[in-house]
Formats: sequence, structure tokens, C-alpha cells
Amino acid sequence: MDCDSLTVKLDTYLDGEFPSEEMRAFDAHVHSCSSCAADSLARLQMKRSVQAAGRRFTPTSNFRQRVERSIAIKPRSSFGVRWMFAAALSILVVASLLATYLGVQRSRRDQVYGEIADLHVAALASSSRVDVVSSDRHTVKPWFQGKIPFAFDLPELQNSEFSLLGGRMTYLDQTPGAHLIYAVRKHEISVFIFQEAALRGKWDERSPVTRELSFSMETWSQGGLRYCVVGDAAATDINSLAELLKSAASS
Amino acid sequence: MPLFDQLYNFAHWLTRNRDEAEDLVQETYVKALRGFSSFQLGTNFRAWMYRILRNTFLTSRTGLKATMTVPLDLEQDGTDLPVDSVTPETIFIERSNTQLMRSTIDELPVYYREILLLCDVEEMSYQEISETLSIPIGTVMSRLSRARRTLRERLRLQFQEGPRPLSAAVASGINYGL
Repeated sequence: MDCDSLTVKLDTYLDGEFPSEEMRAFDAHVHSCSSCAADSLARLQMKRSVQAAGRRFTPTSNFRQRVERSIAIKPRSSFGVRWMFAAALSILVVASLLATYLGVQRSRRDQVYGEIADLHVAALASSSRVDVVSSDRHTVKPWFQGKIPFAFDLPELQNSEFSLLGGRMTYLDQTPGAHLIYAVRKHEISVFIFQEAALRGKWDERSPVTRELSFSMETWSQGGLRYCVVGDAAATDINSLAELLKSAASS
Repeated sequence: MPLFDQLYNFAHWLTRNRDEAEDLVQETYVKALRGFSSFQLGTNFRAWMYRILRNTFLTSRTGLKATMTVPLDLEQDGTDLPVDSVTPETIFIERSNTQLMRSTIDELPVYYREILLLCDVEEMSYQEISETLSIPIGTVMSRLSRARRTLRERLRLQFQEGPRPLSAAVASGINYGL
């Protein structure tokens, strides 16, 4: 994928009309090329401006009633045809509501994944990445005592390639949680733990391992807590750490 | 009537007149009801309704007048020029002038106006637009591309010819590069 081929197909890309594989290639290029990202943003904003400007005219209630009456009193339309027309309209309403609901759900989900990625990046960019600096889980875990309204278990890492760097308090959607930072080789991985009840409905249970902004992310619910593991390490590393946490939580 | 607001909005954009838009929408619903037996279940109901509305418009006096100029839907339309760092889009967004956008869309030929509205306002897929306008998807893409380019060019001209066209641009040394 190069800049020229993206420029030529930019509108089609922003209209979401390429097959998913090609869309992913465009996504990857836009994420890595600031010039194409800027062009995409400009075109997207133009599209939004057209959308905002295009929603301009609203029918009056009188007119709506007039049309409803004109449809209702059509003598030639048989009951069956009218019923089918009403059924088609009803199906459309249900489909619209469903699409809106799914769209809202997806938007919420994308938002919370984005926020998790932001928390991870913000912590790594901070001069004091952790508030409790220790590789000892028996030091890090008690540090959270009294600071968050739940307790959790951390895995023994002696025979793994992961090491615990420390922990800090974090907040998601005004909900306090624990943020632990682990290292694997040269990568740093964040583990977020929140109360599940406070963040219910914000996660996609069907695909626990996702990639957001090139970060691998795995999330699951266990023992009333919501775990989220995120980092730029390979998906297998994310998954291995997640399995260690799951074992620790269930022991 | 779930599509009522959208159809009315689209009709008003096409006719540019409230009374004509109301007549057009009313006729569309009446025709849809009358000809519902011709609707094939499992096909796109929304595209079907929009197609009825558009065909009704095209056969109206206003529609015939508006479509005296026919677009050349050449598939080999060339490519868009690369986007400048300062584009009509960015300038437009800075000024956030919805009214100007509306008047610019309003002045577009009807075949550009309708495809732009179906894609960006009604958020129809290319397939739906193809069904609504009864044109191949390749034509949808090329016509849409030309509609957007024409819109950008006209906005660019509007900014250059407007009451305060160069104040911000000159101050920041912008070259519009037409």
C-alpha cells in the first residue's frame, strides 16, 4: 500500500466500500502515514459536513397526517397488499432500531477499548509509571488495600518470561480500578482490573482478543471482576499473561 | 411511516420547493402502495421507495427541467488530485459554514446533488445507490467522485470570491493552488 494508491481510492475507502482485507490494508497505511491520515481526516470531515448540511428539511405534522390519510383511504388497495406494505414498513422500523442499537453498542465498545488503550499509553508516557514499584506480588497487591473496593489475586511468575514492574490506581468511566504493569522482553503490558458490575455491557464477549490501534487486547470477566490485558506485545504474549491471571484468579 | 422524514428531506433537495416536495412524497407513498405487489420481498425496500420517489421526480415538470443536462458517466474518469495540506475541506471546516455548504450543494446539478445526498446523508451503500438510481456500481463510484470534486471546487471558489476570502489565507500565507 502506498500513498498514491490510497489518494486515488480515498473516497471509496472512507465510504467503507472495499472488502474487509483491503480495508485493513488501508487502515494500516493510514495509521502509519501522517500525510494520508491528514488527507483522510479532511475528506471525512467534508463528508460529515455534507451530512450535517444535508439534513435540512423536515415535514410538517399536517403534511404527515395528510399522507397517512391518503394512504389509509385508498379504495383499490386490497387488505392483503396494505397489510404487506405495513409489514414491510414494520420490518424496516425493527431493522432500523436494531441497526441503531447495534451501532450504539459498537460505538460504546470501541470507545471503551480506545479508553483502555489511552490509559495504557498515558501510563507508559508518564514520568512515574507506577505508584508502587515492586516485582513482588505480595508487595503490590496489599498496596491496593483500601484504595479500591475489591481484591484480586496475582500470578506467580517465577517460571514465566513475565516480570511485574508495579502498580497504580486508575479510573475508567469514573470507576476506580487497579492498573498493573508487566514486562515481557522489551515490551510492557498493562493489566487493568475493574468491578464488572460498574462496567457491564461495554465489552464484546464474543471476541475477547482484539486489536485496537495496533495494540493487542484481551478481556474477560471472572469472579465479578473485569480483566483487561493490553500492550504492543504479540497476541500470544498477551494471551499467555491472561492465562496466568485467570489461573491465579481461579485458584 | 419510517422513511417519511428522509424521503421528504430528499424530495425537498430535489425539487427545491416545499409544495412540490410534499406532492412528490405523497405521490411516492400512493404509488408504493398501489404497486406494492411489484416489490420483491427480500430486496431492498428503502432503495425501492427512493427509486419510486426519484422516478416520480424525473417525470415531473421540475424534474424534466432539472435534468435537461445529462452527465457523462465515463468510467475512465481520471484520478483525483492528491489532497493539499490546505484544502477546501480544511478551510471550510475552520469556518464551519453550514449555510454555505447548503447553498453550494443546492447549486449542484441534480445528478450530483442526489448521489451526494444518498451516499453522505442517507448513508446508502454503493449497491443501494446503484439500485435507487438504476445505474451500475462503477457509475456510482465515478459520478460520486465527480460530485465530490465539483463540490470541493465550488467551495474553493466560494471562499475565494466570498466577502472575506483572503483575510485568513493571506495572513497565514496560504496558496490555494488552483
